[in-house]
Formats: sequence, structure tokens, C-alpha cells
Amino acid sequence: MSANTSFLEVRGLTRRFGGLTAVNNVDLDLAEGEFLSIIGPNGAGKTTLFNLMTGHDDPDGGTVTFMGRDITRLSPERLAALGIARTFQHGRVFANLSVMDNVLVGAHVRFKAVRPAWPFPLNLLGPVAEVALALIRPPSVVAEEQRMREEALKILSRFGDRLLPRLDNPTYSLSYANRRRVEIGRALALGPKLLLLDEPTAGMNQTETAEMQALIGDLKKSGLTILLIEHKLDMVMQLSDRVVVMDNGTVIANGKPAEVRNDPAVIEAYLGHRRADRPEASVPEAAQ
Amino acid sequence: MSSWIDYTINGIIIGNIYALLAVGLALIFGVSRLINFAHGSVYVVGAYAGFVAVTQLGTPLPLTIVIVVAVGALLGLGIERFGLRPLQGYAHIAPLLATIGLSFVLDQLVQLTFSPDPRALPSELLERRFQVGSGTIGALDILIAAVGIGSAALLYYFLRFTRLGWAIRATAQDRDAAQQMGVDVNAVNRAVFAIASALGAVSGLLVGMYYNYIDPAMSFQATLKGVVAQVVGGVGNVPGAIAGSMLLGIVESYGIALFGTSYRNLFAFILLVLVLVLRPNGLFASRRQTPPEPMTGTFIAPSKPIQISYPVLIGIAVVMALLPLVLPNPYVLQTLTNAWLYGLLGLSLTLIAGTVGLISLGHAALLAIGGYASALLSLDLGMPVGASILLAGVIAAAIGTILVFPSFRLRGHYFSIATLAIGEIVSLVILNWESVTRGPIGVAGIPPLSIFGFELDTDRSIYWFALAVLVILAALQFRLLGSHLGRTLRAMRDDDIAARSYGIGLDRYKALAFSVGSFAAGVSGGITSHLYSYINHETFNSQLSILALTIVILGGMGNVTGAILGSVLLVGLPEVFRVAAEYRVLIYGLVLLLLVRFRPQGLLGTI
Repeated sequence: MSANTSFLEVRGLTRRFGGLTAVNNVDLDLAEGEFLSIIGPNGAGKTTLFNLMTGHDDPDGGTVTFMGRDITRLSPERLAALGIARTFQHGRVFANLSVMDNVLVGAHVRFKAVRPAWPFPLNLLGPVAEVALALIRPPSVVAEEQRMREEALKILSRFGDRLLPRLDNPTYSLSYANRRRVEIGRALALGPKLLLLDEPTAGMNQTETAEMQALIGDLKKSGLTILLIEHKLDMVMQLSDRVVVMDNGTVIANGKPAEVRNDPAVIEAYLGHRRADRPEASVPEAAQ
Repeated sequence: MSSWIDYTINGIIIGNIYALLAVGLALIFGVSRLINFAHGSVYVVGAYAGFVAVTQLGTPLPLTIVIVVAVGALLGLGIERFGLRPLQGYAHIAPLLATIGLSFVLDQLVQLTFSPDPRALPSELLERRFQVGSGTIGALDILIAAVGIGSAALLYYFLRFTRLGWAIRATAQDRDAAQQMGVDVNAVNRAVFAIASALGAVSGLLVGMYYNYIDPAMSFQATLKGVVAQVVGGVGNVPGAIAGSMLLGIVESYGIALFGTSYRNLFAFILLVLVLVLRPNGLFASRRQTPPEPMTGTFIAPSKPIQISYPVLIGIAVVMALLPLVLPNPYVLQTLTNAWLYGLLGLSLTLIAGTVGLISLGHAALLAIGGYASALLSLDLGMPVGASILLAGVIAAAIGTILVFPSFRLRGHYFSIATLAIGEIVSLVILNWESVTRGPIGVAGIPPLSIFGFELDTDRSIYWFALAVLVILAALQFRLLGSHLGRTLRAMRDDDIAARSYGIGLDRYKALAFSVGSFAAGVSGGITSHLYSYINHETFNSQLSILALTIVILGGMGNVTGAILGSVLLVGLPEVFRVAAEYRVLIYGLVLLLLVRFRPQGLLGTI
């Protein structure tokens, strides 16, 4: 891990929705190869932070720098091309596409043979060339497609026999857990430098969670830089190099899992001790 | 100067009439998130109900209005019952398509009952005029203004102070929460449809009296004007709809003063597209916000498409190619040629509306561009016909894509409305650009089909030509769908946010697909113009756009084989059974209505 130059650097990131400040002046650093988890109660601003970092929402202030490059307000498609892949909190697969096609769409930015990188005036003809190459399919295009399919199979085999027997099934026909797996497979197909996972085990049972945790652990071992949002604290504590805790849009703690676990501010945020002091939070008379 | 006062008064009066339509549309959208395309039909039925009352029964005006209100309200209940209620839980665009089907059925029934000829709707009020400053105002103007303002006031009172009014506003804000609180949402919908349709029907009556002229074709224009006024004011916003209507009325009136009547609708539709693209929440939205909800426009019912293997498809193509040798019946060949040409249109729309999920309601404009391009290239520039058709495809692709490009950012209903408006704009530009298009006279003497200098003058050769073009373009589309582009386009349709996250630039791929699709439509239009030898701005009208949509839904959205099958069934079968033309439109409307309700995945399944 190189500590001096940050791989991902977030400075003063802020997003307001009307009167509510969902993300308030957040700073975040992530080193290459690091596994960082963001935890916090519902509504703490975790997903909004993800959306700001992945171009799905524009911040009202602050910057995001990725590998030394300012990526604030870049579109999601540009960020994908830079090697940032994400999954979505509630799962967003392409419902009518097969499992295989979903994963191949993940590799979209890596298809080079069908999208020649021409210099300026010629690149306006890019879409025409793309249609022509898709119709003519010279050997380079066929070989690329073949290579990507083999890679997709390799990615899907990470999930054991969960997805391999269902390669050609449309994803709307899959179970919820399998759809989440497809989403992660799709993210891996991008060949990401940075992977953002938004609650990958939400709605999964214990076995499925354990399986997913093992998979994410493997990804970490392979050296991938990962940013994880998760509510299941056991998993977070076991996987993370570092944990950031958010509450009400701000970072309230940041440190090694063991440190964070015992931080009074964190305990307060999760259990809400502070509320006991407030008069309006006292138990109403009628209930006594 | 005095004429400007007249134009202003005229604009406000027309604005009042639009307001009666737009308020109804806004109320309906508010509670059911539906843009009711049958609203213009209610307006026409209102006008004819008034016509029957006045001319057959000799009713006085107040009684006529009561009759029209009752007829309108009943019709509104019917539309709610058949167009909306059965489709809860369907794709958001489904009720919209159903109301398009309903409007075809209603308009056609009016036309069958009263003939398509215009009728006079006499009114004793028409003659009376009063001097106001240097201009004049008619008694009828005052009546229209009174009805407009009166119903707005009544509506305000009703929505604000009655129990049902509360329920309506609650339902508009949050349908599910209202239902949880015990509001009978269906009753609210019924009430809203009845009120909205009563207003729409009265609007039809007033317009009929104002111009002393009614005809069944007013329906489509009325829907469009109501939609324009509503979108300008902010969809679902009742005061906004009134303001939008006034603005539209005045803009039109001044436009007529400056440029003449044939430009009138052009202003309305350009206003619509500008507002949609620049201020999608309407001119009066308090601040920039994302559209109220992502009403995805895709109409893709998950289904297992029926797989027809390539050898079978090739076999069918061969049989079709041999048909003229076995069955040299000119009538059958002409009918099938027609079906092949509509099949090209179907290929185009099934790619754009099915594979990419952009439901275009103005697809006939591409036929018009292709038709005019090929006709004018061959006639005025002496280009050989085969080359002109090919170039017509390219021109349709280029112009079509450029026109629709700003609308790619719109989602769901909004994109559909924009394409509808763009389709109308194309037709109006053709009508008004006389130096190039010959304007209302149309283009006559278009040279017959020929290829490499050989004239195709037999039914058989024309049949083969159309079939060959169809087979080639269908084969290319199959190949396109089987490439990385096929999955890219479908991914974008299924989830545009996730697609962007994986590097798919939406504008690029929408434009790419739209160009490819428009090429086929342009070629179809080009061939058609040479077959007809005469075209004008109404040859490729908006009914064709809806027929195209019915064809692709019937076949299965995105399904290439389905588009051709749909075309053969919808264009070929009525011909075989020699169904009279006016019943055909009725059938198309019914088919669309039934498909949306009972078989949204079409015959062969969506892809």
C-alpha cells in the first residue's frame, strides 16, 4: 500500500436535497489495494456518497480524484472507461438479457475491435464504423467476442454452479440472490481498478451471505481495490482494512475495524443514546 | 392596431377552448399518470352530440350544454373502464397505447355514423357582436370565456372544498397512501374521467359553434392541442394547464396574424418540443427538478420468444419468392407487396420501439422524408430511381436522427409525445416549404420503379423487388441483433442507469439505432412514392404511425420476424377479406386495444 499518493481521494464532498444535507463535507482516502467499508445507519448518506463518486449525481461542492485525475462530475460512462465499476443497492440487472449477455455488457468498455479509436474528425464516423463492424464481423471482431465470452465464463465459474447452468436464461427468471451474483459478475467483467459494492448481501440468507463473503474475500486477495457499503457488521469487520462510519451525512469515525467497533460516537450513532437526553424523545405518559 | 386587439381576443378565446381540454388531461394525468389520447375523441363526440341535439331535437343552448355534458361524462366513464382500469400494474405506457386504440375506435364510429364530411353546427349567438374599444367581441366569445372561467372556478371549488375533491388531490399526490387511508381510488378515477370528459365534450361543442364547422378528423388535433397546452403548463398541473392553454392560444393567434393559417399548428408543435427538451416540467415549474417519476416508456412484456430457425425462415422466404410463379394473381401480389413495404416500416419501428424501447408515435414522418427525398431526387435532379431510393434511406436516417436527437434525453411518455410532435412538424414543413416540396399540391409524376435502368412495370417484378429489399434488410437486422450492438441496445432499454455505469453512452447508441431504423423506413417511403407516382403531405399521416406501432406490438416488440408477420396480418388480411377502408381503421384500433390488454408480448414474443 502506498500511503503518500492516494488512489481515490474525496475532499469536502457535499450534496443537499432541499433543506437536507445528505452528504456533508465528506473526506475519504483509499489506497491502491485497500479494502474500505462504509457503514452507518439507514439514511446516513452512504448510497448518496456512492452516487456522487460514480457520476449518478452531481455534488453541490467538493472534489473526487481518482489516480491523480479530477473525476468530479464526470458521467458514469466516462468513469466506467476509467475502470470504476459499481453494483446497485437494490440490484439492477438487465432483466430481459441472458446471464451471459449481462456479463458481456459489463465488458462493454473493453471491446476495442468494434470501436476503432480514430482521431478527431474521423471519430464522428465512429457509430457508423461500429455498425459496419458489427455487421461485417472481421476476424478481429469475432476473436474479441470469443475472448470476452471465455472470460465471462471464467468470471461466472467463481459462483460455482449457481450461474453456469443458467447462462442463457433471462435474468428476470433468476432468484434474487442469483441476480445479485450476476451484477457482481458484470462488475468484474469491466476489469475494474476500483470496485464499489452497495450492500451486496442485502436480502440474502446466511449461507448465501457466507458464500458472497468468501467471494469478496477472494477478490480482496487478488489485490482489487474495493469500497463496500454493508450493514452486516460481522462481514465488514472480517473483510475490511479500514472502516468509515457515517451518520447524518458526515464521517463520524474512520479507522481499523477494532478501533471503530469501540468508538463511542459509533455506538451512539447505532444505538441512539443521545436521544435519551432529548425531552421529546422521553417515553410518552400514555405508554407508561 | 385594432386587428391586434382582435387577434388577442381570438387568442384568448381559443385559449379558453384549449383550457377546457387541457384541464381535463391534467386532472386525468394527476390521478392516473396517464396521458389520455382518447380525449380528442370525447371532444368530437361532444361536438356531434351537440349537433344532433341542435339539428334533430332543436334544443335550446342551455339544454344542449346539459346533454353534451352528460354524453361526455358517460364516455369518460367508458374510457376509464376499458382504457385504464384493466391495465393497472401493466407498463406505464400501456394505458396510453390503449387510449390511442380507443380513440381510433371512437373516431371511426363517429365517422361511420355521420360520414367523414364536415357538418355545420349552427348557433344563433354567432352573429351577435359588441364593440369593445376599437375591436369587436362576439356573444359566442363571451359565452366561451364564461364557460372557461366558470368551469375553472367550479373545479377550484370542487377540488378545494368537497370530500371527493380532497380524495382526488390526495390520490394525485400519492395513490397508494390515499388507498391506504380508505380512498376508493377507482371511484376517484371515475369521477375524474367523468369531469374531464364533460369539459372536453363541452369544448367540442363550443368549437363547433365558434367555427360553425365540425368533422370527425378534429379529434387528433384536439388531443394534440390539449397535450401541448398541458405540457407547456407542466404535466398534471391544473392552473399550469390553463396558463399553458392561454399562452398557446395567443401564440397561435399571433402566428396566424404574422405568417398565415397554415403555420398555426407548426408553432404549437415547435413550442411543445422546445418546452419538452428545455423545460420538461413545464414553463411554470418552480425550479429545475427531475421529472416527477421515471415513467419508463418500454413496452416489453417478458416472454419466451418463439424461436424460428434460420433454415425455416429462409424456406419461407424462398416460398414467398416463388409465389408469383405459382399464383400470378395481380391482386394477391399487390397486397403482399404492400405488406412487404409495411414490413420495412415494421422492421424500423421494432428496432427503435422494441429493441431500444423508444416508443415513437411519429414514425410515418420517416416514410414521408424518404418518400419526398426519393421522389424529388429522381424528378428534379434526374437521379436514377434505384439510387434515389437508397439515398432516400440515408436522408431519412440523417434528418430523422437529427430531429429526434434532442429528445433522446426524455424518458417514457415524454419521448413518445415529442416524436408525435416531430412527426406533425415534418408534415407541416412539407406542407409549407412550397419551393421544394410543392406544398399542398403534392408531387405528381414521380417516375416508376426501376433498377439499373430496367423499369419494373409488372406486378411480379415489383413484388420481387419489395420482397428482396425486405429480406436483405431483415437479414441485416438479425445480424445486428446478434452482435454486441444487439445486447448493448437491449441493455440500455432494460436499465439505462446501469447501462451508463458500464460505459454505454446513451445518446450515441440511441442515435445509432435510430439511424439504422430510419434507413429502413426511408427506403420503404421511397419505394412507396414511386409505386404511387403521386404523394402529398397527407400520404404518410399519423394514422400510419399508429398502424406501424400496432404491427410491431402484434408481432412482438423487437422481433424481426414478428414485425413482418404483423404486417402481413394487419395489412394483408383486411385486403384479402376486402374490408372497406373505414372499417380497417376501426379494426386497427380494436387490435391495438386488445393486444395491449391481453397479449402485450405479441404473437411471436418480445426479444
